[in-house]
Amino acid sequence: MSAVTGMTGSVDHAAGAHAAPGFLSRYVFSRDHKVIGIQFMFTTLLMLFVGGALALGIRWQLAYPWEPMPLLGNAFADEGGQIPPETYTMLLTMHGTIMVFLVIIPILAGGFGNLLIPLQIGAEDMAFPTLNMLSYWFMWPAIVFFMLAMHAGAAAGWTAYPVLAVLPQAAPGSGVAQTYWLLGVTLVGISSLMGAVNYMTTIINMRAPGMTLFRMPLTIWAMFITAILQAFALPMLTAAGLMQISDRTLGTCFFIPAGIIVNNADPTVGGGQPLLWQHLFWFYSHPAVYIMLLPVMGMVSDMLACMCRKPVFGYKPMIHSMGAIAGLGFIVWGHHMFISGMNPMLGMAFMISTILIALPSAVKTFNWIGTMWGGRLQFNTVMLNCVAFVSMFVVGGLSGIFMAAVPVDVFFHDTYFIVAHFHYVLFGATLFGVYGALHFWFPKMFGRMMSEFWGKIHFFITFIAFNLTFFPMHLLGMQGMPRRLADPYHYSYLEHLLPLNQVMTWAAIVMGFAQIILFLNFVISSFAGRKAGRNPWNANGLEWIAPSPPPHGNFDVTPVVYRGPYEYSAPDAPDGQDYWLQSDERGGQMAERH
Amino acid sequence: MEGRFWTLVFVIFAAAALAACAVAPAYQLWFPGSGEALSTIGARIDHLFYVILVVIAVVFVGVNVALGYVLWRGAKQPSEVKAVYSHGNQTLEVVWTVIPGVILLALALYQMDVWASFRMREFYPQDMRTIAEVTARQFEWRIRYAAPDKTLEADPHPDDVYTVNDLRVPVNRPVAISLRTEDVQHAFFVPELRIKQDALPGKRIPVWFEVTRPGTYDLVCAELCGWGHYKMKGRLVALSEEDYAAWLKQAFEDQFDDGVGEGEKSD
Repeated sequence: MSAVTGMTGSVDHAAGAHAAPGFLSRYVFSRDHKVIGIQFMFTTLLMLFVGGALALGIRWQLAYPWEPMPLLGNAFADEGGQIPPETYTMLLTMHGTIMVFLVIIPILAGGFGNLLIPLQIGAEDMAFPTLNMLSYWFMWPAIVFFMLAMHAGAAAGWTAYPVLAVLPQAAPGSGVAQTYWLLGVTLVGISSLMGAVNYMTTIINMRAPGMTLFRMPLTIWAMFITAILQAFALPMLTAAGLMQISDRTLGTCFFIPAGIIVNNADPTVGGGQPLLWQHLFWFYSHPAVYIMLLPVMGMVSDMLACMCRKPVFGYKPMIHSMGAIAGLGFIVWGHHMFISGMNPMLGMAFMISTILIALPSAVKTFNWIGTMWGGRLQFNTVMLNCVAFVSMFVVGGLSGIFMAAVPVDVFFHDTYFIVAHFHYVLFGATLFGVYGALHFWFPKMFGRMMSEFWGKIHFFITFIAFNLTFFPMHLLGMQGMPRRLADPYHYSYLEHLLPLNQVMTWAAIVMGFAQIILFLNFVISSFAGRKAGRNPWNANGLEWIAPSPPPHGNFDVTPVVYRGPYEYSAPDAPDGQDYWLQSDERGGQMAERH
Repeated sequence: MEGRFWTLVFVIFAAAALAACAVAPAYQLWFPGSGEALSTIGARIDHLFYVILVVIAVVFVGVNVALGYVLWRGAKQPSEVKAVYSHGNQTLEVVWTVIPGVILLALALYQMDVWASFRMREFYPQDMRTIAEVTARQFEWRIRYAAPDKTLEADPHPDDVYTVNDLRVPVNRPVAISLRTEDVQHAFFVPELRIKQDALPGKRIPVWFEVTRPGTYDLVCAELCGWGHYKMKGRLVALSEEDYAAWLKQAFEDQFDDGVGEGEKSD
C-alpha cells in the first residue's frame, strides 16, 4: 500500500466511522468511487436516451423524408414536427457527439472504471477521491454546453471540420452553437483527463499485496491501457478545441485559409490550414475509438471466463494484443483522411498500420472463442450479451478491412458502409458488452440482482432489431449512399432504397423502445431485485469478497492475493466450489500459469 | 435446451448476414447502377474489393462456425461435466498471430499499386489532359472549361466556357479535373465511377479518371458542407470524343452568342 492510501484513506474512514455522512456528501458530492461510478452510469444511461431519440429523428427523416415526425418531431423542430435540413444536420451532429462524448466514453471509463478499479485491485478507494468527484462534476457543465449547442443548432458533424465549423456564417444558427460545442468537448476532455490520471495512479500504486501486474484481471489491464491512451491523446483535442474557439472568437486563423468566401461575406484573410484540424482531431479521436472498445474487451474477458467456468484462454496474449491495439492506435488516425487531400504517400503508411491493427483484434477474438471452447457454459443474460459482443465485433472488425484498404476506401469513404462499420463496433460490440457488464456487476452496485427474464427479453429484442437496423447499412453503402444527406432520394440512383430504409427505421424504433426495458430493469431491480450475496456468480476476482454493496472503504480487511484472476474449474479447487478466489489463502501461492 | 436456442440465434444471424449479401445484387443492393465500375480505376477498385471480400468471407464463416460449435457443445454438455482447465496454448497463439499477420500484410501491399496510380502524380497516365476546373460551393458545382482547342489554365480566361452542375467529359481517355472549393469542404463523388475526392479549402487537387461507357451519372457531394448538403447534386455526362468536341463548341458559341441574328450583323 502506498503512502497515498495510507493518508487519504484512513482519514476518510476515521471520519466516516464517527459521523454518518449527510445525504449530500453521500449520494451527490460523494468521494466514494462506487457512488461516483453509479452516478456516471445513471447520467450516461439518461444521455443514451437523448442520443437515441436524436437517432430516431435521423431515421424518421430517412424513412419518411419531410413528413412530420410523430411525438419527437415537436421537440426537434418548429414546423409542426417536420424536420428541416438544418435540423437534420443538427440531429446527426448531436447524435454522434452525445453518443461518443456523453455515453460511451464516460460509461466505460467513468462508470465501470470507477466502480471496478479499486474493487478489483483490492484498494479502499481511488488514489485521489476528490479529483474523482470533480471528474464527474465536470461532466455537467459539458452536458449543459452540449445542450446549448443542440438548442443553438450546432450542425458541423461530430467531427466539426473547418471551414464549415469555424466560420459562423457557413451554417445557419452556427453563431454561437459551435463555440458551445467546443466548450463542451473541452470540458468532457478535462473530465476524462482527471479520470485517466486517477486510474493510472491507482492501478500503479494501490494494488493489494500480492496483486502483481500479471495477476490483474483483464478489465484492469484494459482500464490501465485506456487511461494511458486518454492521458496522451486528449491534450491534442483540447489544444485543437482551444485553437478553434480562438479562430471563432478571437479572429485567429489556425484553420482558415485565405480567400474563402462563405455566403457572400468578405473573403477570409486566412493563412491557416483546415487539414490541421482533421489531423489533430483524429489524433485524439482515433485512439478514442479504442478508448470506447478496450474496457469492454477487458470486461467481456472477465465475464466470459466466469460464465464459461474456464480460465481466459491466452491471458498474456490478450494483454499483449491490447497493448498492440493501443500502440498502433496512435499511428492510424490518417485512415479517416485518405481522401481528404493530405499527401497521398501518407495514405500508404496509414493503410499498413490500419490493416495491421486488425491483427491484435483477430487474436483477441480467437482467444475469446478459445475461452468458450470446452467450457461449462451458462446461457444467462451476461453470457448472451458477451457472445453478442464477440459476434458483432467480428462483423465490425472484418468490415473495417475494406476501409483500411485505401483504394477501396475511395469508394466507401463517407458512405453508409462506414456508418454500418462503426455502429457494429460501437453499438454491436461496446453496448452489448456494457449490457452484459451492467447485469454482471449490478449485484456489486446495489446488492441485488437484475431480472434474468427481462434481461433476456431485452437482449433478444435488441439483438434482432440491432441487426435489422444496421446490417442493411452495409448494403446502402454498397449502393454508394452518402452519410449525412437529409434527403438521399434527391438522387435518382438512391430512390429504390426508400423501402429498405423504412424497414430499418421501424427496427430502430423497436430497438429504441426496448431500451426502456433495460432502464426499468436497472431502476426497479436496484430496490426490488432479488437479494444477492457477496459472490452471486461464483466469480474469483477480489470485488466478490467485498460485501454487496461494499461500504465506503470496500473490504472488511485488506485482501491478499495469491493467484491469477481466472482460476475456474481448477482440479484442486476447494470442496464445494469449482474456482479459487484470488484471495483464498488455502492452496498457498500458486505458480503463475499462462 | 435454452442454450441450443441461443446458439441458433447467433448461428442464424451469421447465416442471414451471408444470405443478405448473396442476394443483394439481385435487389440492386450491391454496387450502384449496372454493378460494374464505369471507369478504369473503378474497375481496379472493384477487383480489390472482391479480393478482400473473399478473404473476409472465409474468415467470417470460419469464426462463426467455431463460435457456433463451442456454443453448441457447451449447450448440450450435461451441467455436471467440469470445464476444461486450460490457460491457453502457445502454439495456437503463434499460429493465429502469424498467419493472419501475413495475410493482412499481403492484402495491404496488394493495394498499393492502385492507390499509386490514382493519386500519385508520378504514376498518372502519360496522355492525361486536364479538361475542367470544378469549383464546389454551397450548394452547387461550378465548372469551367477552356475554349475549344485551348488548354485550361489555373486562372480564368475570358473565353472560358462555364456550366453549373453539369460536368461533361470524353470517354475512353484519361481526363483530369482540377478540384477546388470556394467556401467550405465538399467532396466530389461519382458512385458509378467509384471516384471520390474531398475539395479542400485553400487547395487545388487534381482528380483523374477514364470513363469507359458513355452515359449520364450522378455527381454527389459526399462531405458535410452545410444545411443544403443533400441537394448539392450534379451530373457527369460522358460523351464520345466527337460528341464532346461538338458539345464544347456549341456551348462556347451559345455562351458568347450576343443574341443578335447572323443576318442583322451586316455593318
